Amino acid sequence: MLARRSDLPLKGDAAGRFLPWLVAMMVFLAAMAVAGAFVINGVVSRWDHDVSGTLTVQVLPIGGEGGEALTDERVRAAVEVMRQVPGVLAVRALDKKQLLALLEPWLGSTDVVRDLPLPRLIDVTVDPGARIDLDAVADRLSHAVPGASLDDHRVWLSRLINLSRTIQWLAILIVGLIAVVTSTTVVYATRTGMAVHREVIEVLHLIGAHDDYIARQFADRAFSLGLAGGLIGLALSVPVLSVVGWAAHRLEGGFLPSLSLPLLGFIGIGLLPAAAALVAMLTARATVHGTLARLP
Amino acid sequence: MRHQSPGENVIRLEAVGLRYGLGPEVLQDINFSLPAGSFHFLTGASGAGKSSLLRLMFLGLRPSRGRVILFDRDIAQTRRYELPALRRRIGVVFQDFRLLDHLSALDNVALPLRVRGVKESEVQRHVPELLAWVGLAEQLHARPPTLSGGQKQRVAIARAVIGRPDLLLADEPTGNVDDHIAMRLLHLFEELNKLGTTILVATHNEQLVARFAHHPRLHIEHGLVQRLS
Repeated sequence: MLARRSDLPLKGDAAGRFLPWLVAMMVFLAAMAVAGAFVINGVVSRWDHDVSGTLTVQVLPIGGEGGEALTDERVRAAVEVMRQVPGVLAVRALDKKQLLALLEPWLGSTDVVRDLPLPRLIDVTVDPGARIDLDAVADRLSHAVPGASLDDHRVWLSRLINLSRTIQWLAILIVGLIAVVTSTTVVYATRTGMAVHREVIEVLHLIGAHDDYIARQFADRAFSLGLAGGLIGLALSVPVLSVVGWAAHRLEGGFLPSLSLPLLGFIGIGLLPAAAALVAMLTARATVHGTLARLP
Repeated sequence: MRHQSPGENVIRLEAVGLRYGLGPEVLQDINFSLPAGSFHFLTGASGAGKSSLLRLMFLGLRPSRGRVILFDRDIAQTRRYELPALRRRIGVVFQDFRLLDHLSALDNVALPLRVRGVKESEVQRHVPELLAWVGLAEQLHARPPTLSGGQKQRVAIARAVIGRPDLLLADEPTGNVDDHIAMRLLHLFEELNKLGTTILVATHNEQLVARFAHHPRLHIEHGLVQRLS
């Protein structure tokens, strides 16, 4: 396609100077949006995977002298209640050391934290296929161990998934807007090119060139410029995404799951230059056809 | 490509009028036809409407009223995608040449063949041959800005005839060449005419018309066309 001959002197046009850079910026922004959407999706999926099939029982601590032993007793009672629930595969009470390890990323590891009356947590693994009446289990638990509560993470997870979906739609919207902006720019660049080469186009038209013969030459040029710009944009986005990935990797350590781009994300970003070139080509072709339709 | 049989009309204009925008009619009630295989001159003073009439005939303009019937097709009834096929049957020599300055003489002349999708080997065989015939063998790769007026005109004529058109419309084709070249070009048109091409040559060169007085003449004056014997 790039080697096809052209009767129109399009190589010297102003579009050749600005269009690749504009497409480069658009592809760069699209790459950021696509990467963001895939990373968010990955994070939510991993959270979802980690918490589905698990329940958490929280037992409030009892203060005062001998409170620690009493709290241990309540934890054991809660563990016993949960073990009797059909569909429960494993029940594991977290000791204070494990609780402190969970809090360490947020609160540090000072003595003050160790002295805090922390609620005790029981990690319950359930069969994902089992149908457990969570309300009944919660009732039984609060009767057996007053102050104990059951958390199935559903509220938290559904909010997280909603957030993820919103961000994904936002990314799609951004990529759509980028395509519209690119397309609009190509329309104006093509119309300008047609105005500059009006006489050549008229000669081709009058000697019997089909509209598509002329449109194809503009489309080929737009494809080349779009692809060149897209590759520049991709080249710019790779180091930026790498730096962001490296910074996120340093931030990890309990706060977030691994912020890595899945293979599909790499493929999506890798295809952006071709998509930009395709948008430019189709837009240029449609613009030329639309303009030529007004000739006699 | 379907050639018209002798006697059939290649083009027929019926009650054609033309105005630009809201201005007065520059052509009024034009009625004439060109039989297949005929050779006509179109004469008239500058500004009489010769070029406008030719533009109507090579489908560069649509009439404001009336009918243009080209190769038995009413242009008003013809679908847009069918028009290029009709245009390819017409060779046009524009008054201002309309050569593409960024292309060589060879590529300019090759344009009608390339838009038809003719093989490049054929293009490279026929175009240099024709350019040599019009005396431009040495200028195959020269670009129009480096050519003289007469040379440009010959390139324009070569481009008009390279596709062996059924109808050749020439607007002042001898305006920039000396008498010797003018005669040679007219003889080229006559050769094409003998091969079946219908020719209409617009000119205000009365001497040239007199030399080829055996061809009928259409005269345009005040936007009206009359046939002179």
